Amino acid sequence: MEREEKYQTLKNIVKVYLPEDVDVTDIKQNSHFMENLNINSANLVDIVLDVEDAFDIRLENEDMDQMQTVNDALAIIDAKLSQK
Amino acid sequence: MGVCAPNGIGLTNFTQSLIQGTSGITHRPQLEKLGFGCQVAGEPPVNQAMLANYFTPLELRGLNATGIIYGVIAGMDAWADAGLSKNTTTIPNWDQGIIFGTGILGVDKFREAIHLIDEGNVRRLGSTSVIQTMASGISAYLGGLLGCGNQVTTNSAACTTGTEGVIMAYDRISQGKAEQILTGSCSDSGPYVWGGFDAMRILPRTYNDNPTQASRPMSATAGGFIPGSGAGALVMESLESARKRGARIYAEVLGGELNSGGQLGGGSMTAPNSMAVQRCIRKAISNAGISAADIEVVNGHLTATSKDALEIENWSKALGRSGKDFPYINSFKGTVGHCLAAAGSIECVASILQFQENTIFKNINCNDLHPDIESIISVQCVPREPISYNASIIAKASFGFGDVNACVIFKSYKSDI
Repeated sequence: MEREEKYQTLKNIVKVYLPEDVDVTDIKQNSHFMENLNINSANLVDIVLDVEDAFDIRLENEDMDQMQTVNDALAIIDAKLSQK
Repeated sequence: MGVCAPNGIGLTNFTQSLIQGTSGITHRPQLEKLGFGCQVAGEPPVNQAMLANYFTPLELRGLNATGIIYGVIAGMDAWADAGLSKNTTTIPNWDQGIIFGTGILGVDKFREAIHLIDEGNVRRLGSTSVIQTMASGISAYLGGLLGCGNQVTTNSAACTTGTEGVIMAYDRISQGKAEQILTGSCSDSGPYVWGGFDAMRILPRTYNDNPTQASRPMSATAGGFIPGSGAGALVMESLESARKRGARIYAEVLGGELNSGGQLGGGSMTAPNSMAVQRCIRKAISNAGISAADIEVVNGHLTATSKDALEIENWSKALGRSGKDFPYINSFKGTVGHCLAAAGSIECVASILQFQENTIFKNINCNDLHPDIESIISVQCVPREPISYNASIIAKASFGFGDVNACVIFKSYKSDI
């Protein structure tokens, strides 16, 4: 899977959780999930589960702690996929 | 008011069903598959298109709590019907509260969680497991949707819950502690809610091919109650406040009473103490400042079990009225089944609709009035067809497991007085 494809997949996951005042076009690679995209911490848990399903990987607690931005998420996804 | 009932979602559909006696009881293939004795039930016909009007796509993800769905539909409809809107400011509305009850919430969601946990997969529960399964999930949901800043709570008193909520809201408003309260109650659908009642053998088993005739309150051939589900909701506020806003006023609550029979003197976990039932009715009447003779219509609890005759006897003794002198009496459980925690609120909504329709809604499935009932009250008091009648006072009671009772007195509202 190319990085762009992964990014689009991730964007499609994240957009569901955006509050009303944040648009899907606001999602950038350096966006911070909670600070820039106003996603609440409870929904971050759901994003992690959706990422697991979409990429068929498993994220551990420390992965979740490191997943602050869209770029962080992409890096973790890459790392997990390379371990498969 | 708002309603999400097995025989009608929304006041218009529900009213039509009550006038026509349209049943919302259907055969449930899932119950048959699971080997239930009673395979018929009442479940509101909610569809996907309807859900999109009440929930965002995000809220709908993983939403597996039918009680929340029914409660939100009824609650949001009631709020809009009362001419109120969502709080779009950043300050909570301190004068608006929620008292929205349930018996048990999000049973299907809880089942989902149990399976994941038992598989050692607790991490896969996601963020909505708690909010869909906590009892107060429904009041929390509505409180967030509307931005209420007064008391936001969930009451629970078995099948008394909905009627109890009306009295709790009445008390809080009359104490001056809140201006508007959205009250109501909801009950989940499905085998995991209804199974326990099937196991108690208090549900009829001989109407599985004949669902619309299964629920037979006051009938000689009543064989138990039909489990139902749904939600009813009412916005309550002081008369001054409602008049000032020019709100649509359906009825006044004159007063009510809550009590328990203490599971003494014939009362038990599942059976009522008649002394407490009669006392509850009498106190409701005195709290309302009326006399027993003023009551024109009674909407009973009347679930279609062997206890219906005892309930009639209790009403008769409490009111000191019998034979032709007894008020008109009806039970809506013939068409909606026994909606458990949602029963009181759905039936309060239905009772009140009789004022604006100038009609006493009919009882279905009781052309064969139980002889023990006929020995107390005249058959004419049990309408089998809608009666055109401009009622002024309607009494509504609900009774529940745990030997708990609620009775509320509604008065028609005339804008010229």
